[in-house]
Amino acid sequence: MKLKLNHESYKQIIGPLAAFLLILLFNYLFTPGFFDLEIKDGQLFGSIVDIFNRGAPVMIIALGMTLVYATGGIDLSVGSVMAISGAVAAFMIRPGYISGVLEYGTLPPVWQVILIPLIVAAIAGLWNGVLVTYLKIQPIIATLILMVAGRGIAQLITKGNIIIFRHENFEVLGSGNFLGLPVPVVMVIVIALLMHFLTRKTALGLFIEAVGSNPTASYFIGINSRRIKLLVYVFCGICAGFAGLIITADIKGADANNCGLWFELDAIAAVIIGGTVWGGRYTLAGTLLGALIIQSITTTILSRGIAPEQILVYKAIVVLSVTLIQSGNMRKMIVQLFNSKKKRVSSIANSGVVK
Amino acid sequence: MNIITPVLQARNISKIFPGVIALNEVNFNLLPGEIHGLMGENGAGKSTLIKCLTGVYSPDEGDVIYCDNRVFFSSPLESSKAGISTVYQEVNLIPTLSVAENICAGRQPLKKGIINWTFINAHAKELLAMLDVDIDVSASLSEYSTAIQQMVAIARGLDLEARVLILDEPTSSLDEEEARKLFAVIRKLKNDGMGIIFISHFLDQVYEICDRLTVLRNGEYIGEYEIGELSKHELIIKMLGKDLAQFEYRSSKNTVNKKSDKKTFYRVKGLSKRNGVLPFDLDLREGEVLGLGGLLGSGRTEIARLLFGIDKPTTGNASVWGLSGFIKNPKQAVDKSFGFCPEDRKVEGLIPDLTIRENIILALQVKHGLFKYLSVKKQKEIADMYIKLLKIKTPSSEVSVSKLSGGNQQKVIVARWLAANPKFLILDEPTRGIDVGAKVEIQKMILEFKDQGMSILFISSELDEVVRCSDRIAVLRDRHKIAELCGDDISSSTIMYTIANANTNASANTNANVSVNCNSGGQNEAEVES
Ligand SMILES: Nc1ncnc2c1ncn2[C@@H]1O[C@H](COP(=O)(O)OP(=O)(O)OP(=O)(O)O)[C@@H](O)[C@H]1O
Ligand SMILES: [Mg+2]
Repeated sequence: MKLKLNHESYKQIIGPLAAFLLILLFNYLFTPGFFDLEIKDGQLFGSIVDIFNRGAPVMIIALGMTLVYATGGIDLSVGSVMAISGAVAAFMIRPGYISGVLEYGTLPPVWQVILIPLIVAAIAGLWNGVLVTYLKIQPIIATLILMVAGRGIAQLITKGNIIIFRHENFEVLGSGNFLGLPVPVVMVIVIALLMHFLTRKTALGLFIEAVGSNPTASYFIGINSRRIKLLVYVFCGICAGFAGLIITADIKGADANNCGLWFELDAIAAVIIGGTVWGGRYTLAGTLLGALIIQSITTTILSRGIAPEQILVYKAIVVLSVTLIQSGNMRKMIVQLFNSKKKRVSSIANSGVVK
Repeated sequence: MNIITPVLQARNISKIFPGVIALNEVNFNLLPGEIHGLMGENGAGKSTLIKCLTGVYSPDEGDVIYCDNRVFFSSPLESSKAGISTVYQEVNLIPTLSVAENICAGRQPLKKGIINWTFINAHAKELLAMLDVDIDVSASLSEYSTAIQQMVAIARGLDLEARVLILDEPTSSLDEEEARKLFAVIRKLKNDGMGIIFISHFLDQVYEICDRLTVLRNGEYIGEYEIGELSKHELIIKMLGKDLAQFEYRSSKNTVNKKSDKKTFYRVKGLSKRNGVLPFDLDLREGEVLGLGGLLGSGRTEIARLLFGIDKPTTGNASVWGLSGFIKNPKQAVDKSFGFCPEDRKVEGLIPDLTIRENIILALQVKHGLFKYLSVKKQKEIADMYIKLLKIKTPSSEVSVSKLSGGNQQKVIVARWLAANPKFLILDEPTRGIDVGAKVEIQKMILEFKDQGMSILFISSELDEVVRCSDRIAVLRDRHKIAELCGDDISSSTIMYTIANANTNASANTNANVSVNCNSGGQNEAEVES
């Protein structure tokens, strides 16, 4: 009898990795030119780069969402927080625009245009966290509040306008490139590494998983679960804010109605496809793969000329299949199916021996 | 000699999990009208065998034969419908539902498609009455103690129509009295012709009610014996594969009668909690094991929870390390280098998603704080040390803790707190579900840690264990501290006498009927007040 040890952490991301590779394989076979790369003005272009570049905002929010999800929570407000942070940035660059003044005034330095929206986003996250931890409102309800109200707040800031602007340094965030890579992709890498070090090189990750997996036991051990939950919601807010800035910088405009619309769903799907357990183990690598899967479906559909309205249907199919493959019950059913076949064979063999 | 055909049979059953051969060609025969003990160390494969018999797992090899037919149950529901009712070791009761709902969940009798509540409540009450438990069945389950919850789990499994009843460690959190009530019911069912499988680590109980035994060791079938043909000692050797290490560890326990030299670091006066415990005084001293003696529901766990800041006291005051004031929450307690190993490992102890390693080092990590992260290498070292010390049966420290057998999970929780090495450790039923061999190991370690200066509050339903480990024993009755024993007064009989004596003088409203003075050096004689 063979005994094999399995490494849980690798096992966790095998599903999403396989799914991503499958989509790429499909494109390799059926979508001409999908893997073509070219370098224009020192920057890489091509469908593959596009997946990473377009997928960056979802990847960033999904990273924040991962931690929230691991504590047994959820954050529906990320899309609205994106809109808020974009609106704040645009407003700072062009404060007169909403009252019809087209002149810019003195351009604020880029660090301010980034930092202040992020602070606002952090406050939004704090609000969610307080509702969940101190007022003990169900996360899905608590964050629904800001999901609905947040877009209203963004509208208030832009007074219902789409604030378009130019700010060269800020635009770098959306469309610049660094060492040949699009800046959004670089940002994903930086944030993912930062999160990895913050949570996996300290005990934070362990505590997050403990609180999610068994809150009572964690409380008895002396883990300050409130503070940890608060922290992950704030962090998720900041991630959403950052994603909002990237999109706003990319389109050079803040559209409170559409910025980040339905992104929360993509982010949650990415987290789930990635293999993070609701209230339990999380994997940042899995989440990144999950977001890439979702984006690659979109890119595939667009590059194959299928009507974009169908994107949602295909996404739903992929989310369903990956989660089914990952669910323990499904696996058990498959194993049982397999076993019952084997059993029949072995029982026949046995009856042969007896007679 | 007439041969009775077995009602339930396992033939050459094997079951393999990743890294573990849980069962290797195991045989088992249950006759109608017998109580059959299934014996073995923690992780021997007892629960796995039960699960293979009842359709929770499908065996990798071998046959299950029920009433002369080869059967393939694909779920526990199927086997229970076929007449095998089972109380699993890890019962999944739902704390927020009422007792009655828990008992009847999944088989609610419907009247025109509507749940018949009157019937459910009456039925639940009836089943509990059989076990001599009289509680409000419409109250939510979480309001009751672990013992009552266990009785509820048993009641849930009691089906008078069944042909087979399987009880996987039903008595792990019951005291003798409660266990006796259960045995009366089991015996009656046996006389009605039911075949009963009984699993327990309490050898006394096994010898009290079982007719035959099957012994497993390490997933291997060792043999089937009539209870009369095997002495306890022989049984232990069969289970462990070797003789039991004697409980030899000599601590300073009985040599020091003078207690005044031990410093009190935690003192509570008149502490009480409404519906929990009546006001009590308690001194906790460095390097001493204080046992809590008393029956179920006497308020032992309540005292532990008050001391650790989980529950808020209604009255009283406290001083810790010279500072007056209560401990308000577990975090504060942990900051003061306290530890609490809870009674209900599943709800309050285990972190099911984490590995064994992470579960073991968690309390130590909390003590170190967020930023001084123990390297994985160091974590592994610690985990492996305790896996070896407590003989936790697992292929590696990287396995999810939920994959361990019940007793091994309990060892992980104990290991967690020993690894954290707190100055004061509360152990609430630390040996619950742990086999005879490991129990001795744990008791030894408790005394070793004490000699290194750790102060321990020890709670156990097993009086012997409390007596063996404690320097001092606070005796409780009806949520009321009635006495404190120390020195030569520490014996099972004194404790029982004290409890019974308070019984005859019954007046639960004054503080102490019997008080034994343990404070002044030298003097340790009982002063029984009338
Ligand atoms: N779901 C599972 N996955 C992997 N391993 C398992 C699983 N269930 C049980 N095992 C392993 O199988 C072995 C037997 O476990 P089992 O629960 O049957 O022990 P047991 O005899 O009931 O012990 P205890 O007295 O502690 O309850 C153990 O080593 C355990 O780790
Ligand atoms: Mg078991």
